[in-house]
Amino acid sequence: MKQLRSFIAKEFKHIFRDVPTMLILFIMPVAMMFLFGYALSNDIKHSSYGIVDMSHDSFSRDFMHKVENSEFFRLHKEYASISEVMSAFRKGEIQVAVIIPANFKQDMLHLNRSALQIYADASNPNMAQQLVSYLGSFCNQALAQSKEFSAQSQSSDLVRMHLLYNPQMNSSYSMVPAVMGLILALVCAMMTSVSIVREKERGTMELLLASPIKTIYIIIAKLSPYFMLSCINFVTILIVGHFVMGVPVNGSLFWIAALGLIYIIVSLSFGLLVSTVVQSQLAALLISGMVFMMPSMILSGMMFPLENMPLLLQFISVITPARWFIGTMSKLMIMGVEVKYILKEMGVLLIMATGLIIISLKNFKQRL
Amino acid sequence: MVIKYLIEKEFKQMFRNKFIPKLIIAFPFIALIILPMAANMEVKNVNLVVIDNDHSSFSQQITQRLAANPSMTLYGMCQTYEQALHLVEESKVDVIVIIKNDLEKELSIAMALNGQVSLGKDDAKIFVAANSVNSVKGTMGAMYVVNIISNFLTEQQHNLQQTQSPLEISSFYAFNPRLEYKYFMVPALMVMILTIICGFLPALNIVGEKESGNIEQINVTPVKRFTFILSKLIPYWIVGTIVISIGFFVAWLIYGIVPLGNFLTIYVLSWLFILCVSGMGLLISNYFNTYQKAMFIMFFLLMILLLMSGMFTPFSSMPVWGQYIGRLSPLKYYIESMRAIYLKGSTFLDLMPQICSLITILLVLNTWAIFSYHKKK
Amino acid sequence: MENDNVIIVRHLSKHFGNFKAVDNISFEVKKGEVFGFLGANGAGKTTAMKMLCALSKPTSGSAFVAGYDISTNPNKIKARIGYMSQKFSLYEDLSVFENIKLFGGIYGMKRKDIENNANILLERLEMTEERNTMVKSLPLGWKQKLAFSVAVFHQPQIVFLDEPTGGVDPITRRRFWEMICETAATGITVFVTTHYMDEAEYCNRVSLMVDGQIAALDTPNALKTQFNVQSMEEVFFQIAGKAKRGEGL
Repeated sequence: MKQLRSFIAKEFKHIFRDVPTMLILFIMPVAMMFLFGYALSNDIKHSSYGIVDMSHDSFSRDFMHKVENSEFFRLHKEYASISEVMSAFRKGEIQVAVIIPANFKQDMLHLNRSALQIYADASNPNMAQQLVSYLGSFCNQALAQSKEFSAQSQSSDLVRMHLLYNPQMNSSYSMVPAVMGLILALVCAMMTSVSIVREKERGTMELLLASPIKTIYIIIAKLSPYFMLSCINFVTILIVGHFVMGVPVNGSLFWIAALGLIYIIVSLSFGLLVSTVVQSQLAALLISGMVFMMPSMILSGMMFPLENMPLLLQFISVITPARWFIGTMSKLMIMGVEVKYILKEMGVLLIMATGLIIISLKNFKQRL
Repeated sequence: MVIKYLIEKEFKQMFRNKFIPKLIIAFPFIALIILPMAANMEVKNVNLVVIDNDHSSFSQQITQRLAANPSMTLYGMCQTYEQALHLVEESKVDVIVIIKNDLEKELSIAMALNGQVSLGKDDAKIFVAANSVNSVKGTMGAMYVVNIISNFLTEQQHNLQQTQSPLEISSFYAFNPRLEYKYFMVPALMVMILTIICGFLPALNIVGEKESGNIEQINVTPVKRFTFILSKLIPYWIVGTIVISIGFFVAWLIYGIVPLGNFLTIYVLSWLFILCVSGMGLLISNYFNTYQKAMFIMFFLLMILLLMSGMFTPFSSMPVWGQYIGRLSPLKYYIESMRAIYLKGSTFLDLMPQICSLITILLVLNTWAIFSYHKKK
Repeated sequence: MENDNVIIVRHLSKHFGNFKAVDNISFEVKKGEVFGFLGANGAGKTTAMKMLCALSKPTSGSAFVAGYDISTNPNKIKARIGYMSQKFSLYEDLSVFENIKLFGGIYGMKRKDIENNANILLERLEMTEERNTMVKSLPLGWKQKLAFSVAVFHQPQIVFLDEPTGGVDPITRRRFWEMICETAATGITVFVTTHYMDEAEYCNRVSLMVDGQIAALDTPNALKTQFNVQSMEEVFFQIAGKAKRGEGL
């Protein structure tokens, strides 16, 4: 046991003495949280729009005034023709433009009908759709305000939307579990596998294995600093998320910690497994990156909904640990569900952990 | 020419490596096939539960309308809110629709009085509750539900009054009329391929020579450092150019995406970008001398740069401080340019701001890289 | 004769802060000589050698290698020397011939000459059959012989060997030293650091560094007579015993 302790101490010194890496390791999760939480959103804000006004009447003034007061749009320029609008699209000056036809108001007054056109740069289709519908509703509002027209308001206050768990639609809510999933995967799987393979590359691993220390001790000693780091990161993310960004922690802390631990173990044993199969650091890096990190990012449901994916990808996502972790963590933390609702996910992660540990231990003894 | 021998060596080592050739082949395919398939933000399969307290033909019509929508799935009906909430907690349902018991009665009175479907502010008769933890399905799904119901109500109103909305707004979606999200993602994905192949792989290669000690042997030979570094970069530049060319082909083959603009513009911008990321890679290899550190910082950079460059979320939606950081990233300008050239057919003239920014970043990064390289020795 | 000296070192020093790694050393090495550069770990051997290879700049003093000043003409020197480090530094993922070709090319040899000389070299090393074998799968002794051959492949005026025989069995070591002597006989000067004192016996002259300074410099026999001992090992103990710096600095 004393042997093990001194051994672990050596590994700790090795990592914690490396100040720049430590620094990044602690800054990274916080930086990612702030990015996801504050910087990134799909909301429309200050989008540049253009206008082609062929009627020059009170409606267009009302409209521009209305839009000016919102934080969604700002007028870039008035254009003379649609072709000018198109060239502005190409330069990326504006994303959307309203074309008010000549005699707009006359038609409205006499025929009680008129037509507007909204052109959008649909290279970003989601954004284009939102822009068109926002701008369209501004048109309607501007029209309703013009005293000359009878107020034909649209329905309705009849339907009321209520967002459960996250009424303000705070994107940091869904981000905290996602950042956890990514950072833990990075620290555990990537860093662990690279650090073990590094010793293999340099031949120092042989030295260790030739010594009378038990193999399992070597593994424990190698893994323990990364285990520590992951736990610290996990707690940091939780604390920053809750106290700085105001993400609620509604579920039981015990189960949140338990879920975190299981996920850390899964990732660590994956890192160990990778380190037993490859011979070079580059390979360890690429494999853990491609097989673990990439799926954790794109197939875990954190960025893109899983249901829309083709079956093959859905199947791959089933074997991605982050998929089971991220969603479950947000259920526990934000929805505050009881454990019985997440037993399945916990079970899957536990099976993964056991399987990975068994395979990697077996491999470790045979291959190294 | 010494560099010929060095480049020959790099190519041999590259193709002899167990992983790099596989990565070079697999990466564009994964990036171009899996990502666009996965990156689908459409709202689909929203699971609904309806609590109908009204039991009127009107409320039934609403339920039917919702169930008939292709992106909705009616999970079932519920008696109480608690039951429905349990379904949400079990993740079986994303959106709950609650119809109050006096919907039809109040509506017919309101319509008779005002001639339109409008009630007082606090008289909402239909509640839509969404599980916003799953943001895409919950929040977007709820908006869809609200829209469907509103449209239904408006229709009812027009049917009653036999009128039409006076203002007809027609929308034109330029450059991407079918609103395909893939068209938006695919050109931008080249940025990932180039950043990794031309920026990170050569940096890892140099770090590798440092770790193995081979760089020491090269240092005692008359090979100039500049030549040595160049011999490291050129193979990756070549491979990068070939890989994106394959990427363009794959994009056409699978998605039928062809650039509206010309290939000269694409390649010039790609090359400017390649020089930017190479400089970035060199900087990393100057400051970090083990794989672990280099890899770590690269991952961090890639993550931040990708997210802050408008790859997934609109650049203009970021707060001002975020936009300042984003402007420092060469990825932003390349992503913008590729999308513009591919979808809008933008020309050199249109892209002048992007080109100037890329050249500035390229000069700064490479000067810094050369400077820090010399300082080390 | 001055012209016979291919290395001339005058009051050369290298300081790292307050630490004087190399402290005012002066010596000459003659053409075709096998010059042993001995010293305990941390005595400053490697630092001195790095300066002579134009890898690092001296704090003060000067040195001429192959007729060029190390401070002003590093590239001229690099083109005229060969180097083999204590770490084995051929490319493991290139074949035997590819390594030869690479370094031949780096030193500006013609493609045809590389081809011809490589064949002769491989024959002499009895490695013709290993021509296309990856270096990583060769036994260590072979690798070292190959690394040495590559270091002198471009016919440099001087070859620097930094502890070339670490971790090799005695028979290979002996064979290795035979190669060194053969090389010296062709007129290539060999500058070798080692801490195997029996190897010092092979050298024409040896210098012994202690605490950054040269404590003794002469032929092995002269040194043995001077200290009145039987072997270089004992000479070393007598001189190095006075060292103030600890091991492993």
